[in-house]
Amino acid sequence: MQNVKIVVTGPFNAGKTEFIRSVSEIDVVSTERKITAEAEKIKSSTTVAMDFGRITVDDELVLYLFGTPGQKRFDFMWEILSEGMLGFIVMVDSAHPETFREARSILETFHAYAPTPYVVAANKQDCDDAWEAEDLRLALRLDPQVKLLPCVASQKETVKTILLELLYSILETIETPTD
Amino acid sequence: MALRGNLRDFSFTQILNLINLAQKTGLLTVEGPGEMAHVYFRDGKLALALIGREENDLSAILARSRKITANQAKVIRERTRSMTDKEVGLLLINAGYLSQKDVLDSLQLYSIEVIRRLFTWVEGIFQFDQSSAVPSGKIPVRVDLENLIVEGSRQLREWEQLQEEIPSLDMALKFTDRPGTNLRHLNLNLEEWRVVRYVNPKNSMRQIAQVTHMNDLEIRRIAYALLQAGIVDIVRPDGKPPVMPPPRPLPPVNKEEHKSLVQRLINRIRSL
Ligand SMILES: Nc1nc2c(ncn2[C@@H]2O[C@H](COP(=O)(O)OP(=O)(O)OP(=O)(O)O)[C@@H](O)[C@H]2O)c(=O)[nH]1
Ligand SMILES: [Mg+2]
Repeated sequence: MQNVKIVVTGPFNAGKTEFIRSVSEIDVVSTERKITAEAEKIKSSTTVAMDFGRITVDDELVLYLFGTPGQKRFDFMWEILSEGMLGFIVMVDSAHPETFREARSILETFHAYAPTPYVVAANKQDCDDAWEAEDLRLALRLDPQVKLLPCVASQKETVKTILLELLYSILETIETPTD
Repeated sequence: MALRGNLRDFSFTQILNLINLAQKTGLLTVEGPGEMAHVYFRDGKLALALIGREENDLSAILARSRKITANQAKVIRERTRSMTDKEVGLLLINAGYLSQKDVLDSLQLYSIEVIRRLFTWVEGIFQFDQSSAVPSGKIPVRVDLENLIVEGSRQLREWEQLQEEIPSLDMALKFTDRPGTNLRHLNLNLEEWRVVRYVNPKNSMRQIAQVTHMNDLEIRRIAYALLQAGIVDIVRPDGKPPVMPPPRPLPPVNKEEHKSLVQRLINRIRSL
């Protein structure tokens, strides 16, 4: 039996848990906590260690989706989570530009831990305030070759598309000879 | 869809850059503390910028650039009360008072001046509306944004560079143990002295900023200057040097196996 993992990261409240929940065959095993600090009461619970979801591929292969905690004070978990990952997805809350800078810094941190392929998901595209993906690209200063995909984490189809795009990129890097 | 946010998170220079790169047309409204600006763009070029409750009809703008006197402006305004800028401009040009170039230069100068003022806004809500065009009575100009962006990014770059050099204010400063450095002989300015008094591995930069009433930019600027001068080092608040985790290489795998694994994942996700 082989286990492989893809990490879903991004700032606080970006929709990481929701993303995993949409495709996982098990209820997301979550380490969510009720939020107590007044300043953080945008929502009632947050991920404190990690969430994970599972997709069984066949008798010998299982894909785990690991969601990182979004809050900075849990970032000691990131390095552990990133170890051995196939690739990662950076979720961005397109409707909250105050999180863009952090999204970029998370992206850079993960890329430094492991230079694996990644894609960026412009999440919450269904919100009125959402920035369009291409505006987000400029805001996050992403290179044109970085995949940036519109996403609504609660809709399974967009989640599938994003996972597939990441896997295509992973396939490409395997095929590209490295020197 | 919306292009909305706070300048704190996305600076005015970054917005200009985005508008320039995406060659956007529309109206950018910026609501700063106590003042409001309206900036129109056409195909990624500056077309018109207006600020606050300031008099910004053509005669006022011409007076600002000294093409006419304040008195002349007053007279013109009184006589052309119901006319648009376009009509007033034509009137002045046809009457031989001014050339078309005078008019356009003044308008351009004014819009650029407004942009320069907007660079200093670090706080405020902005919103870009693609459906608004320059009001029909106004005379649009056409100014490339590149030079303005360069100007604005000088300020921004300093801020970003400082954030990169000093990523966390939770770190502390410690005097370097360079022999022969005598603080008394250093040529520090007053602000630097205020910080130097608190340099101690026990004090985080954030704490120093608090007691010296400095904002994030100011404390970083000074810490950076002290670092560059070799007077201090950055240390963890407990005195140990910061450790960066080394990047971990992926375990080597057989290429064909790896490919088949990813292909199986792809097939499975497709079938979800
Ligand atoms: N409208 C909309 N809401 C979303 C979307 N994705 C997530 N949300 C909502 O956004 C909030 C945050 O989603 P989570 O999945 O908890 O975010 P997270 O990234 O796991 O948050 P932390 O673990 O606290 O960092 C929840 O209320 C979700 O229901 C989306 O695509 N559209
Ligand atoms: Mg979560």
